[in-house]
Amino acid sequence: MSEVVLKSRAQKNSEELLLGDQTFTTITNDISGVPEQEKAPIQWKLAFALALSLLSVFVGALGYLIWEGTGIWGVNAPIGWGWAIINFVWWVGIGHAGTLISAILHLFRQNWRNSINRFAETMTLFAVICALIFPGIHIGRIWVAYWFFPLPNQMAMWPNFRSPLIWDFFAVFTYFTVSLLFWYTGLIPDLATLRDRAKTKLRKKIYGFFALGWRGGNRQWQHYELAYLVLAGISTPLVLSVHSVVSSDFATSVIPGWHTTIFPPYFVAGAIYSGFGMVMTLAVAARSLYNLKHIITISHLDKMAQIMLLTGSIVGYSYAMEFFISWYSGNPYESYAFINRALGPYWWAYWTMIFCNVVLPQFFWFKRFRTHVPFLFIASILVNIGMWFERFVIVVISLHRDYMPSAWAMYSPTIWDIAIYLGTFGIFFTGFLLFLRFLPMASIAEVKLVLPESNPHHGDH
Amino acid sequence: MKTYGIIAKFDDPSALLHAAEEVRDAGFKNFDCHSPFPVHGLDDAMGLKRSRLGYVIGVCGLIGALFGFGLQTWVHLSEYPMNIGGKPFFAYPAYVIITFELMVLFSAFGAVFGMMYFNKIPRLHHPLFDSEKFCSVTSDAFYVSIESADPKYDERKVEDFLKNIGGKEIEVIKDENEK
Repeated sequence: MSEVVLKSRAQKNSEELLLGDQTFTTITNDISGVPEQEKAPIQWKLAFALALSLLSVFVGALGYLIWEGTGIWGVNAPIGWGWAIINFVWWVGIGHAGTLISAILHLFRQNWRNSINRFAETMTLFAVICALIFPGIHIGRIWVAYWFFPLPNQMAMWPNFRSPLIWDFFAVFTYFTVSLLFWYTGLIPDLATLRDRAKTKLRKKIYGFFALGWRGGNRQWQHYELAYLVLAGISTPLVLSVHSVVSSDFATSVIPGWHTTIFPPYFVAGAIYSGFGMVMTLAVAARSLYNLKHIITISHLDKMAQIMLLTGSIVGYSYAMEFFISWYSGNPYESYAFINRALGPYWWAYWTMIFCNVVLPQFFWFKRFRTHVPFLFIASILVNIGMWFERFVIVVISLHRDYMPSAWAMYSPTIWDIAIYLGTFGIFFTGFLLFLRFLPMASIAEVKLVLPESNPHHGDH
Repeated sequence: MKTYGIIAKFDDPSALLHAAEEVRDAGFKNFDCHSPFPVHGLDDAMGLKRSRLGYVIGVCGLIGALFGFGLQTWVHLSEYPMNIGGKPFFAYPAYVIITFELMVLFSAFGAVFGMMYFNKIPRLHHPLFDSEKFCSVTSDAFYVSIESADPKYDERKVEDFLKNIGGKEIEVIKDENEK
């Protein structure tokens, strides 16, 4: 009896996650059909042209930055950390949803992740590349960026390992490397699929080279599955550590508004919230552009909105708790820092953040909003605007008025701050669009596991 | 030209699973079951031992952690001691983060390169790729391959055996590399 119930639940699950009559063959054809298109759709070409223009803005702004130095930015005492750090934290946070989807949901055996994990992992890779650029360029003398690495050198000089800034370097660098390995490992069987379907010799050679000679034998799957499971297992604490360490950059200082113990969990929740926003934006666009609505279904979007509701509410709780502690601490500097956030000259940034991160996700209590695609698309963009303002609030508002009123000042970005930030979108979207063009955007092998037929005991009684 | 082995196609994952049990019970050792996705239960059906990859990853992780902790201790105690606000040189709680990150980094390399080592990849060419039909194994087909290296290999007997257990489209694969 219970077996019957279980089976019908599994059946229902797979019906929601894969619409229509799908077989192993149709899944292969539909997903690998996208990179096999002879010509890219016109929307792709337009988007790629836009991405390349933004990329050239980045290259130009970066060139001027290297030539002239960080003086071209709006940073000045007391606001020594401006858009570079805001953008770094924002981009690395976006990456976190990719790892959550690919690693944590894999460990929990949530097979709805199988349609969106490749997508989200790719987003992670390019988001972390955008993030890594900022610590690299904010040092001003970009040609000595290798001093981050603990390399033996003729100056006998080493980094200070007791500083959170170097922890951050190690955390983000490890995060990028592990995400790349995880992403590539997941791609191997799918690259073999593309190799075996290739029509031209060149495609066969290129996909064949990267597929490493995968033959789909169970003697290979056995080690492969273990490697994948372990990568998921080690990525889970890694991703939690990365944003905790990022938050330590702030929390270990003595600036009012930064010096709090709530930062690590609060940063991790915010990171996942913004990352799901970005996955949603990209997924809604790609599924309609490439007609994959039966593989990335409404049910997937619904589940992502539920996670955004959860993490958005954790973030909202953290904002409330910060206020409570600043009052409860009895420290006048701490209390002032928070009153200044809500009612000071940057009140508009604070209330933008509250609207996008606390009020907006509350709509996701209702299924009608969770399944309304245009609403989800707009909400997902607002989520990332809200999360950008969260970092603005933390970095700029805390720094612009700390202890001594004579040292207070206002901050405004220059056109170069804006150009470099917009330019990173060029890097992100150029990379992402190339991925959509040449690689399967969903995991061909893993989506098949959602079909009940993939279970060898399917149909046994 | 030497033969590499014989392949036979099966309809679905459960047919593949039953075929794997038959091949195992018939006493073959050098055989494999190919599928577009991992089929659960095949490890037992094929009589495979647990993967030893876990030990490799564990050792790599341990090396990473020791290296991370050792590097920081050595730099701050002997190579380049920096007195910052009179804080201790051997500040082991502060070393935890980088120790952890390097443990994860080394384990990840262990997992991926260990997997490649056990799977004998990269190997860009393989006799199985000469079969036109075998290519569909990465899309929707399920194959059993029995290699000529198996001590019990006998071309005609293996062909009959695979036919008896329900294999279709049986094909003998030549090995072009060996004469």
